[in-house]
Amino acid sequence: VSTNESGFRSSAEPFARSGAAGSDTTDPRTPRGAGSARAKVKSRPADRIFFGLSFGAATLILVILAAVALFLIIQAIPAIVASWQHNPDLSSGPTAGYSNFWSYVGPLIWGTLFVSAIALIIGAPIAIGIALFISHYAPRRLAGILGYLIDLLAAVPSIVFGLWGIIVIRPLLLPLTTFLNHNLGWFPLFGGAASTTGSTILAGAVVLAVMILPIISSISREIFLQTPRLHEEAALALGATKWEMIKMAVLPYARSGVVSATLLGLGRALGETMAIALIISPSIQISWRILTESQNSQTIAANIALNFQVANGLQREALIGTGLMLFVISLGVNILARFIIGRTGPGTGSKRKTKPARPSVAATSAPIESAALSMAIIDQPEGAQS
Amino acid sequence: MSAAVHTQTRDPRRPVVNPLTTGQLPRFVELYVLVGSAIVSGGIALLMGHHWGTFVILGLVIYLVALAVLSTMAESRRKAVDRIVRSLVCIAFLLAIAPLISTLATVAIKGIGDLNWSFISTTGGAVFNPATLKVTISNGALQAIVGTLEITGIAALMSIPVGILTSIYLVEYSRPNQLMARAVTFLVDVMTGIPSIVAGLFALSLFTIIVGPKAFSGFSASVALSVLMIPIVVRSCEEMLRLVPHDLREASFALGVSRYSTIIKIVLPTAIAGIITGVMLAIARVIGETAPIFIAASFTNNFNANPFNGPMQTLPVLAYTGYKFPSQDIAASNASAWGAALLLVLIVVILNIIARIIARAFAPKGAR
Repeated sequence: VSTNESGFRSSAEPFARSGAAGSDTTDPRTPRGAGSARAKVKSRPADRIFFGLSFGAATLILVILAAVALFLIIQAIPAIVASWQHNPDLSSGPTAGYSNFWSYVGPLIWGTLFVSAIALIIGAPIAIGIALFISHYAPRRLAGILGYLIDLLAAVPSIVFGLWGIIVIRPLLLPLTTFLNHNLGWFPLFGGAASTTGSTILAGAVVLAVMILPIISSISREIFLQTPRLHEEAALALGATKWEMIKMAVLPYARSGVVSATLLGLGRALGETMAIALIISPSIQISWRILTESQNSQTIAANIALNFQVANGLQREALIGTGLMLFVISLGVNILARFIIGRTGPGTGSKRKTKPARPSVAATSAPIESAALSMAIIDQPEGAQS
Repeated sequence: MSAAVHTQTRDPRRPVVNPLTTGQLPRFVELYVLVGSAIVSGGIALLMGHHWGTFVILGLVIYLVALAVLSTMAESRRKAVDRIVRSLVCIAFLLAIAPLISTLATVAIKGIGDLNWSFISTTGGAVFNPATLKVTISNGALQAIVGTLEITGIAALMSIPVGILTSIYLVEYSRPNQLMARAVTFLVDVMTGIPSIVAGLFALSLFTIIVGPKAFSGFSASVALSVLMIPIVVRSCEEMLRLVPHDLREASFALGVSRYSTIIKIVLPTAIAGIITGVMLAIARVIGETAPIFIAASFTNNFNANPFNGPMQTLPVLAYTGYKFPSQDIAASNASAWGAALLLVLIVVILNIIARIIARAFAPKGAR
C-alpha cells in the first residue's frame, strides 16, 4: 500500500474525484454523497451525531489554520508597528540597531531564501536522479526496498541531522571550502575569508539538501511511475535507448509534477530550523558568500530558535513577527506547488484516458472504466503499488 | 548489376554480421571501467598525496570520461549518453544512501557510550562533593523521556480523532466537488507545509494570550505538535479509506444498514491496519520535532511530569541544548546530546518497523 510519507496528494486523486463526480449522474450504483443515500435510508439520531462529529472535525481544520494566522498576527502587530529606535525593548538585545521591523526581517528573508535555494540546487537534481533510479533503473524486486530506504531519510529527526552536520559534514567540506575559495574566490559566492571551522552556508545547505531529498524523490517517483506504459513501450519500440525513452516519454509527462515536488521541497527547506541553527555561524545581513564564517546570512527559523530564549517582551513579539513572514512565504510556496500540480498535473487533457490508475481510482469508478483500469494496473510496474 | 553492387559492399569471405548486435561493449563494461578508473585515480592520489575525497571525485570523473569515450568509439553517441545517464542516476542514489548510513552510524557510535541504564532512569544534574569540593555532572534523560512521551501522547490523543473523523467526512460524507470538501482537502495540503517552528510560535502565542506571559508548558507543545500531526493523519487515513472497496459499502447499504453503522462496522475495520500504520508514522514524524517544542515548552533540567505547568524537557530538545547551550562540563553535555539523539533514533526506527509490520501483516487482499 502506498503510504506516502511526504503527505503529498498524489495527482491521481483529484481526477479520481472528478471521475466519480461525472459518474454520479449516470451511475446510480454510486452511493457516494449524503444526498442520494439519505433520501432512501431513514435518518437516525446516531447517524446525525456521527455526521456532525466528522463535519465538526473537518471544520476544526479550517479553524486551526485560521487560528494559526490570527494568533501570529495578534502577537506580531505590536512589534511591527512599534518605533524600534525609541523603544527600550527593541533598541537592545538581539533586535538592537534596526530602524524598524522591515529592516530587521528583510535580511532574514533574504537569508532564508538564499540558503534554501542553494540546498535546492544541490538536492533537487540528486533527488530527481534517485526517483528515476528507483522507478526505471533499479531491479524491480529491489525497487520497493530501495524506495523504503530513501523514505527512511525522512524519518530521521532533523536534530539528528543537525548533530551529524556538526561533526561529519563540517570537517568533510573544509578541503572543498579552501579549494573553492583559493581558486574561484573571484566568484561572489566563494569570496570573502574562508571559514576555518566549516560553519558555512555551504555546510548548512548540504545538510538541508539531504533533508529535502526524500520529499522531492518520493513525489517524483510516484509521478514517474504514472507515465503511461504505452508511451514508454512505443518509444522503446521505435529504437530509443532507455535515456531517450525517459527524455521523450517520462520527463515531458512528469514535468509539472517534478516542478511542484521541487517547490514542496523548497517549502520544507524554508522552515527547517535545527540543522541551520546548529551548523551555520550567522549574522543578520544580506550576503552572497557561502564559504565565510560569522558573515553568513541568517535564516528566519534559525534566528528565532537562537534568540527566543533570551528575548523579552517586544523582542519576542518581533521574533513572532518574523515567524509570521516565514508562515506567509512557505504558505505561498505550498499553494503555488499545489496549484501547479492541480492545474497542469500529469493526466490533464487527452492524457487522462491513457493514464494508468491506482487501485483507489478503480474502487470508485464506474464498472466499465474499472475493467479498463484494472488492465492498466496489471500493466503497471510492481514498484507502483509497493 | 545488382549482384555486382552486392559483392562490392560485402566481402563474401567474412561471416555475415547481424547489425543488431554489432558494436556492443561487453556486458559488465561499467564494472571494468569503474575498477580501472579507481586504480588510475588511486595512483594519482597516492602520487600527489591528496585527500581521499580527491580520490573519489577524480575516480568518478575518470570513470565517466572513459566510459563515454569507449562507448562512443565502440557503439554510438546515443548509447554513450545512455550509459552516462545510467551511471549518473546510480551515483545519485549512492549519494543519498551515504548520508543515511553515515548519520545512523555516527549517532550509534557517538551515542552508544552514553546510553546506559542510569542515563535512561535518572534525571541527571550536578552533584557537589563537599569532601573534594568538586562538581560532577551526571547525565540523565529521564525527564526528557517522560516529557517526550507525555507531549507526543497528548498530541496524538488530540490529533488522531480529529484526523480520522476528518478523513471520514472527506471520504464517506462529502460530495467530491462540494466547496467544503475541496476547501478542507486544499487546506490539509497547505497545513502539511506549515514550518514546524511556526506551529511552535502559534502555540506560544495562543497560550500567552490565554494564560499570560511565561506560558511554557508541555500541553502548549502538544498543541503545536497537533497542528503538524493532524494533516499527516488526515492524509494517510483518507488514502486508506479510499482503498476500501465500494462493493462492501454497497452490500451493507443494500441490507438496510445505516451509514453510521456501515462506517463503524464495515469501513473502519477493513481499513484499520492502514490507519494504524499511518498513525504510527505520523507519531514517528512528530516525536523528533525540536523547534516547536523548544519554543512552546522551553527546556529544563528539572523533572517535571505535569504537562500543564512549567517548562518540560524532551529528547530532541535535550539533544539541541546539549550542543548549543552546554553546561560548564561541555563534554558531558555533548555526550548527553548524543545519548538523547540515539534514543530518539531508536524510538523512531522502532515505530517505523512496527508500522511496516502492521501494514504488511494486515494488508487487505488485492491492495498489494
